[in-house]
Amino acid sequence: MALDLRERARAFVRWEFGLVLALIAVVLFGRHVSDQFLTSFNIFYLNLSIGEVAIMTLPMTLIIVTGEIDLSVASILGMSSALVGDLYSRGWPMPRVIVAVLIVGVVAGLLNGFLITRLGLPSLAVTIGTLTLYRGIAVVILGPETISTFPEKYTNIGVLPLPHTGGYLTYSVGIFLALAILSAIVLHATPFGRSLFVIGANEEAARFAGFRVKRTKLILFGVSGVVCALAGILYTFRLSTAVQDNGIGLELTVVTIVLLGGVSIFGGRGTIVGAVLAVAVYAGLQNALLLSNFEQRAMGIVTGTLLLLSVLIPNASEFYRRGREFLRRRQLRAGEVPT
Amino acid sequence: MTATAETATRRRPFGDAASARRLVDLVFRLREFGILAVLALLVAATAIAEPRFLDLTNVQFILVDTTIFALLALGETMVVLTRNVDLSVGSVLGLSAFLSADLFGKHEGIPIPLVFLVGLAIGVSCGFANGFLTVVGRIPSLVVTLAMLYIVRGIDVLVVGGGQVVASSLPNSFIEIPKRTVAGIPVLAILVAVVVGIAAYYLRSFRSGRELYAIGSNPDAARLAGIPSGRRVFTAFLISGGIAGLAGVLYAARYGTIDSTAGTGYELQVIAAVVVGGVAIFGGSGSVVGAALGALLLNTILSALYVLGVSPFWNQAIAGALLLGAIALDRGISLWLAAALRKRRTHLGA
Repeated sequence: MALDLRERARAFVRWEFGLVLALIAVVLFGRHVSDQFLTSFNIFYLNLSIGEVAIMTLPMTLIIVTGEIDLSVASILGMSSALVGDLYSRGWPMPRVIVAVLIVGVVAGLLNGFLITRLGLPSLAVTIGTLTLYRGIAVVILGPETISTFPEKYTNIGVLPLPHTGGYLTYSVGIFLALAILSAIVLHATPFGRSLFVIGANEEAARFAGFRVKRTKLILFGVSGVVCALAGILYTFRLSTAVQDNGIGLELTVVTIVLLGGVSIFGGRGTIVGAVLAVAVYAGLQNALLLSNFEQRAMGIVTGTLLLLSVLIPNASEFYRRGREFLRRRQLRAGEVPT
Repeated sequence: MTATAETATRRRPFGDAASARRLVDLVFRLREFGILAVLALLVAATAIAEPRFLDLTNVQFILVDTTIFALLALGETMVVLTRNVDLSVGSVLGLSAFLSADLFGKHEGIPIPLVFLVGLAIGVSCGFANGFLTVVGRIPSLVVTLAMLYIVRGIDVLVVGGGQVVASSLPNSFIEIPKRTVAGIPVLAILVAVVVGIAAYYLRSFRSGRELYAIGSNPDAARLAGIPSGRRVFTAFLISGGIAGLAGVLYAARYGTIDSTAGTGYELQVIAAVVVGGVAIFGGSGSVVGAALGALLLNTILSALYVLGVSPFWNQAIAGALLLGAIALDRGISLWLAAALRKRRTHLGA
């Protein structure tokens, strides 16, 4: 058992080490593609493009570690964005709008959690349903309208750098880093966080061991809701527009990054450091490809390949072994039946 | 769901097992009738409020639009039954739609069956990649097909570039395919109904069809029982991919205008249809007839909303609520069924 744990720990280290190497490769590639890659302007731009997605990867990491999935994240982002626009255009003061939207986010997340834990429905099916439902609500709220009359004081958050960071960091990435540290502490250094691994590794065993599985999951989905609502607010400020399809399809990017970060889709395995490194690798690569005039909409080829590699590489030695066995058996069979 | 039911049937000798099996059968038959009943209610209510709903052209529109989704739902059901999922169908449909329609522009007078074959081949190759990575690579299908969703769409974008195929570049005989009718019923709808019937018969009565359910109910047990799980799952992906390829050609014939976004987001709608149709998302239970009816129900709802003058902005919210309702209903049914079977056992048991 102890050996098993040590082996697992080593696997983590290897994975995150691999991500660091990948990050270095991405930086070198970026430098090779363009002199602009490491300028503060470009890093700032890169920050802008990933901020909200990065924020959403954190609760997603916790949820996937627990063995569940939340595909409704981008729809909660979209719904929040639509609400920000709608409530503000109705003359609500912005602080009140923000509080209201965050509360709606919690409720949306808790609804997911309620359906999953109290009714015992699979999270994959539930969150595909709420993906449609929440996006539908965004569409109902805004219709074909575009709202872009937000006060500069707030939209500046989306386009100006954080003070004292030399113009490199955006507010969104600043928030992401703060939340990442918080999540890392919660996941790796609190009983609550450790219990997520137990639940993800074997839910039944966790229940029998006295962990409050349902309540834990409910909390996680609630947190995911409020964090995605926050991402929605930032998204709205960054583009200073609220339209019904804000952030559409981002859920798949978020899941991709989390899996790339070494979090097991089956639950029970993953680290926040891995997720953060994966965010950096993904954002860097996307940006480098942009600078190299790669067709941006075909970025999916790269994303998809990365996703496949991230699950194939850890199993590479296993494939090698199985492949050899297969060949050996075939040779044996060929030897037995002379032709 | 059937997992519980089947354990229950195995514990008892034949007589009781058969009656338990009948109960299970009945419940699932009722599930399909339930969709039909909802469908009938919906059609009746809409027709009373707005008689135009039953206009021949409108009904034909609903049926033709449904055929594409019903086909995709059929392929998806095969995959979902085995406790896998195929998220790449929308992208595969898009790629096949563009490449096949593009053939008409590139090769003047190309025979239409050949175009369908090309669509099928594109779909099958994507299905092959999905199946290979899932079965041989032992990667969860959710991850594989999510990646393929991206990759195939990316290829589509690169191939299409900024261009598009427009209806005027397609031959009339091709565009006429979805419009052909026999006694007022679109030929396509009849064809798809026949295909669904064949698939339902296959899944019910053929050994390899039953094995799909066994794999989905309990993958480990199925493997230990000597079922060639890998081969079956692989075949399911080939079928789902092939069908998505064919559906792409039909999409081209139906809509005429195809750019690189064709079929975006279809995967979720198809899964919604499958789940509304009573196929358990974690495999082992459900039928293609249910899935096809689910597709029909979703399309009819959208059309009813349109006819009733409800803003189309409500479509998605209603579809989402319906999907959640269907999942919750299925959970209720399966809990009730498990309880009923348990009660019978204690009642009849020693």
